[in-house]
Amino acid sequence: MSLSEEQREQISGLGLPQSIQEALLDGLENEQFTKAQFDEVIGQVKSDYDHAGVEPCEAVGVIAAQSIGEPGTQMTMRTFHYAGVAEINVTLGLPRLIEIVDARKIPSTPTMTIRLEPDYARDRDLAREVAWAIESTSILHLGSIATDLAEMNVLIELNHEALAQRKITDEEVAETLRSETGLAVEMRDGMLVMAPEEPSYRELLQLVEKIKRLSLKGIDGIKRVVIRKEGDEYVLYTEGSALKEVLEFEGVDPARTKTNNINEIGEVLGIEAARNAIINEATDTLREQGLSVDVRHIMLVADIMTCDGEVKQIGRHGVSGEKASVLARAAFEVTVNHILDAAVRGDIDDLRGVTENVIVGQPIQLGTGDVQLVAKRRDEVIQ
Amino acid sequence: MKKFAVQDHDLVPPHILLSPEEAEQVLQQYGVEARQLPKIHVSDPVAKEIGAKVGDVIKVLRISPTARQAVFYRLVID
Repeated sequence: MSLSEEQREQISGLGLPQSIQEALLDGLENEQFTKAQFDEVIGQVKSDYDHAGVEPCEAVGVIAAQSIGEPGTQMTMRTFHYAGVAEINVTLGLPRLIEIVDARKIPSTPTMTIRLEPDYARDRDLAREVAWAIESTSILHLGSIATDLAEMNVLIELNHEALAQRKITDEEVAETLRSETGLAVEMRDGMLVMAPEEPSYRELLQLVEKIKRLSLKGIDGIKRVVIRKEGDEYVLYTEGSALKEVLEFEGVDPARTKTNNINEIGEVLGIEAARNAIINEATDTLREQGLSVDVRHIMLVADIMTCDGEVKQIGRHGVSGEKASVLARAAFEVTVNHILDAAVRGDIDDLRGVTENVIVGQPIQLGTGDVQLVAKRRDEVIQ
Repeated sequence: MKKFAVQDHDLVPPHILLSPEEAEQVLQQYGVEARQLPKIHVSDPVAKEIGAKVGDVIKVLRISPTARQAVFYRLVID
């Protein structure tokens, strides 16, 4: 017997989450049952679901803090790992977790995972071309640089194989050097020759340093790109992050390309994407260390961090610093400043939160403590 | 150069702009005022893409690892 339309409606009317509804429908499909059995099953599921829910006034934030904090004590304090075979250095373990909840503007090791469009993802040569187009190319990738002290010249010898590989011509190199330094570039016997404005030894060395730092092609800030085969597609990993620019590159699949810089995701893809990124990054960091934390705790943290429309940190300059209560803020960090400022402004503490009530020694307004009971006196009841 | 819609990205859940009537209905249902809703900046890339203005309410159809789909609302602020 399959489910009748009426029974399906009954299930969808229970107010269960979609995942449970689907599991229930899957389980009931093609099973034999009477109407009474059906009612018993959905009644049991509904009551179990309600039973599993969090009680009103439960301090879910504290539970989330404990649930993430305890496994955190088992994490490696200092890990500098190499992500697989591609020698890209990424921060993992506790430092990374701290970085995520601190909402740092730039993580200590920014890196992007660039996925490619189908044609490019299966062809190693095409994937390499994309990689070279993205990677910031400096003069040292293309040849060697030397100084001629007798002539007070900088000599740049270009390697034509490298030029061809990276699809850049010596004219283009000369043009970039000319516009970036504002100096004349001469071509002499296949070498680029440049002279500093004043023929001094110091100027000469400074010019060499400047030329070495110039980005001739690719995205400035992407120091390295490595190609790795995952399944049947080639994936690029970068050292350095510039999501906005990379999404516009030919051959890059913009829908599946991401960075580990959560603030950058917030700016390029919006606050909801930043929330998803926090959840993914935190879960991955914990899982990599062999720890499993229920995703609900991490979701709560991500929700709090993103509820104001921007990514704010869990800490003095974010969530904790925005608490309404003076005492709660003072109990967290920089105690004297908070109390002094509150005194100057004449702030009032309503004593609604947990911390401030613990400080003054009152019952906290949580769980059963949040229920206000007004009892009728016995004699009144009898009358 | 190709054009890429922010909402096509894997990390971005579908955002739906609600009409003032629909927004009012949501507020009634939850018994809250608009300013009590979570916020989204009008400069947010997705808000810009769907043409939201300050004061609008955006419905977000999140893909949840626990509930499969979760509905979330955000108020557009400056």
